[in-house]
Amino acid sequence: MITVLYFARLREALGTGSEQIALPQTVSDLDGLRELLAARGGPWSEELAANGRIRAAVNQSMASGDTAIADGDEIAFFPPVTGG
Amino acid sequence: MTVRIQAADFDIGSEIAALRRANPKIGAVASFVGVVRDVNEGGAVEEMALEHYPGMTERAIEEIISQARGRWNIYDALVIHRVGTLKPLDQIVLVVVTSGHRGDAFAACEFVMDYLKTRAPFWKKEKTPSGARWVDARASDDISAERWRLKG
Repeated sequence: MITVLYFARLREALGTGSEQIALPQTVSDLDGLRELLAARGGPWSEELAANGRIRAAVNQSMASGDTAIADGDEIAFFPPVTGG
Repeated sequence: MTVRIQAADFDIGSEIAALRRANPKIGAVASFVGVVRDVNEGGAVEEMALEHYPGMTERAIEEIISQARGRWNIYDALVIHRVGTLKPLDQIVLVVVTSGHRGDAFAACEFVMDYLKTRAPFWKKEKTPSGARWVDARASDDISAERWRLKG
């Protein structure tokens, strides 16, 4: 299982802040997971589109589409940050 | 280094005093305070809510401070960032850097703030007379962070 977290506008649009997912063997990187989630349709396909401005982290470090993911990881998707 | 994410306000004077206490080698203290404005992109802001990613936020800021330590001669650094509901005039963020001389303190303080704006996972949601809205990231913040790549 992996833990997937959603923050800010993304959390509101998707209606959830976190979930546990059994990682399919066909998914090995962040882009693969994003595509898996986008295939749910509705807000998922809109918010997690390939050309979107969504950022992601793997185990609390900023990550890119080709970052590898594995069972037990904590993945987070979120909009560009606006702190400070 | 110290990184604190908290809902409570902070007192700049006591934070600076604590950071430079008992180190007579410090010759310069640079600080930055970010505060909530009552206007953004032409619209009135009544209050804002700040959300963060617990755990990653602290790690990201610690990493930024480590990078600053690698580039400038600084003794210590402190970052306090508030979360939760804030109103215009409230303090949001404090960055303090101590160093032997002002050049390193100024540069490191600005670097930490510029990188925090683009790399630390915080998100602002503003309450306005026409409803709530998530604040969009600014291209100018990316440019501010990017220019540090060109400097040594």
